Amino acid sequence: MMKVVRGFYSVAHAVKLCKPNVICAYPITPQTEIVENLAEMYANGELENCRYITAESEFAAASILVGASATGARTFTATCSQGLILMSEVLFNAAGMRLPIVIANPNRAISAPLSIWNDLQDSMALRDAGIIQLYVENNQEAHDAIPQAYKIAEDQRVLLPFMVCMDGFKLTHAYEPIDLLDQSVVDNFLPPFKPKAYMTTKKPLAFGCYAPPHVYMEFRVAMQNAMDRAKDLMEKVFREWTEVSGRNWGGHLEVIYPDSKLFVVAMGSIVGLLRKVVEDLRREGINLGLVKLRTFRPFPVEELRSYLGDAEKIIVLDRSISLGYEGNLSIELKSALYGFSAEIISMILGLGGRDLSKEFLENLIRNAIAGKEASGFKGAKDFEEVIP
Amino acid sequence: MKFFGRGHGACPGCGLTTAVRNVLNALDGRCFVANSTGCLEIISSQYGKNAWGVPYIHSLFDNTAAVACGISEALKALKREEEGKVVVLAGDGATADIGLTLHGMFDRNHDVIYICLDNEAYQNTGHQQSGLTPFGESTTTTPAGKLILGKMGRKKDMVAIAIAHGSPYVATSSAVLPADIRRKVKKAAGIEGAKYIQIHCPCVTGWGIDGKDVVKVGNLAIETALYPIVEFENGKLISVRKIKDRKPVEEYLKPQRRFRHLFTDPRGKEVIAEIQRIADRNAEKYGLDLKKE
Amino acid sequence: MKMRLNLGAISEPLQSEKLKTGDWGTEWAFVDKEKCTACKICEQFCPDGCIEVKEFEKEKFAVVDYQYCKGCGVCASVCPKEAIRMEIKELFKLEVC
Repeated sequence: MMKVVRGFYSVAHAVKLCKPNVICAYPITPQTEIVENLAEMYANGELENCRYITAESEFAAASILVGASATGARTFTATCSQGLILMSEVLFNAAGMRLPIVIANPNRAISAPLSIWNDLQDSMALRDAGIIQLYVENNQEAHDAIPQAYKIAEDQRVLLPFMVCMDGFKLTHAYEPIDLLDQSVVDNFLPPFKPKAYMTTKKPLAFGCYAPPHVYMEFRVAMQNAMDRAKDLMEKVFREWTEVSGRNWGGHLEVIYPDSKLFVVAMGSIVGLLRKVVEDLRREGINLGLVKLRTFRPFPVEELRSYLGDAEKIIVLDRSISLGYEGNLSIELKSALYGFSAEIISMILGLGGRDLSKEFLENLIRNAIAGKEASGFKGAKDFEEVIP
Repeated sequence: MKFFGRGHGACPGCGLTTAVRNVLNALDGRCFVANSTGCLEIISSQYGKNAWGVPYIHSLFDNTAAVACGISEALKALKREEEGKVVVLAGDGATADIGLTLHGMFDRNHDVIYICLDNEAYQNTGHQQSGLTPFGESTTTTPAGKLILGKMGRKKDMVAIAIAHGSPYVATSSAVLPADIRRKVKKAAGIEGAKYIQIHCPCVTGWGIDGKDVVKVGNLAIETALYPIVEFENGKLISVRKIKDRKPVEEYLKPQRRFRHLFTDPRGKEVIAEIQRIADRNAEKYGLDLKKE
Repeated sequence: MKMRLNLGAISEPLQSEKLKTGDWGTEWAFVDKEKCTACKICEQFCPDGCIEVKEFEKEKFAVVDYQYCKGCGVCASVCPKEAIRMEIKELFKLEVC
């Protein structure tokens, strides 16, 4: 059913169709309206076999879901920015406990200075947690990502938390016509959550045991194995989704003009704008391709190597930075393309909601291709540092 | 079927395990245990050496109440409430200091029996002070020195906090009163909502006492009114463990290494006098003294 | 044979029982079955669950499981009939020369 809704609702509606048993969250801009929508559905009795809990913090929200997930419940939360950082202790733990909690993360900058606006710094900070991270370009993709997230996370070969990352404000607050899925489509696609091991008095297992040095490392190896298996399974689920929904979002990557020698690489909603930028620059005679990276963890190294192996120049648009080094995506991409000869230009831009216009991006890319633009921050004003 | 196996790693004479065995027996093993990081977790839940015979979860130090809320709500959502009660077993530091998810549990009144195993310090990491460490105790982070004689703050009144939250059932007990623990846990199991039971658990290593003296020292805490054994239902005091001949606090303090400085330092007398005043106030507040005919 | 690893470090119940803690302590508890009234107070107190009242043909009394007894002495201290005594293990009876 096609309907014009905001990004929040596209996520909330998809969550409802996945029939979660426990939903728990704490308000934070720009996430709040996702769980407000779910709270309304709960209040109206639209969520069966479900408990909606208003936690006292994101930390508590994630903790409640750890207990619920270990007891065999399908769980959902949404958070971002400070909330995600506050959750981080629990999320690292949930990943290690192999609990397939699904999280919607409308990306937002990190304090200080406080900023409610968009960049990707929050989810990047959880890069090493053992959480699958998928970045979406628009609200239909966000809507479609939720059932896929459950299917992948809950698969016995994976059992890891799954984070759907969507740009805060740029997507969450935007109205878009969305093809809202039918319940029957999701029911056919997503099996009920039936974990093999869960907390029950019928078979009293102990969860969250500690591991001394003789066995700790093996649990981390097992998590890495799960990430590796997730990589293959995700491709399969993405294809299956295309069959079910008729929409093809690509695999871990979507590559436009793969035969190019020059590429722009980016994640999230900025890709929507870049599609147009690339078309226009090609019309100027620039042989430019575009890589939309969807999966950030597990990182699709092989796919990137196969598409970008022959590239001469790669321009990475980073909306987060590992302070003291460089843009997060650039770091990952350079590592993935080690041994290849492409020049990689890392552009850090759009932090804390700094607007990115089409002209600005076009100029940057044009200049970078002409060799007139080096790696670094783009779009930041000149300033003199003072201590008042 | 045993609920808590032998072969666990607790120190000989540990009060925690006596308390835990009686809690689990009171519920006939029909329970889900959420345990915070700490002594109990370390002695019972090493991978492959698990001591638990009931479903058990350890997540973190600071989130045990919230994890228990999640279990309780999941059981409701999945219509499996009949399987058993949700019990938190958390230490005093995990309860009074770092584990503030406790207030959300009270606030939303989840059906959880929260049991604080109070051995009055972070004993697992080697006896550091917690919010439930009593006044005057020497710990490794509040050591008795030339200037300061141990912890100069007071023991946090978690009972009052639980009552203020509107908890339907709040009680204290002691590892030296196994029958009292069982009665109170059974009672709590019959009440819907977030219950709080704080159990005083003697710690041989932290307190510096011998296994043989565990029960004697534990009883002295009660007999001096330093650990009032009380029971509240819906905020009303419904029972107290009366004291026949209240003993001076010195009798409780003296056998324990953690209070030894109070008897060697000349200024210790003032601290002991203050501890006596705390005991007197407890006795008056809860009416602990058995009136002589 | 390959080691089996339970994902998420989940453990099976009561595995601790394979760890015999009977050699931890320097003492052991001994029950005088004549004095023992099988009141089970020791059973409720034992931190290690290793003293249990058992029924024999004609009598009932507390029995210590020496595979696990850590020799803490809690049982001896709570016995109302003084039916439990703590005895130092042979190994620790050192002669002072």
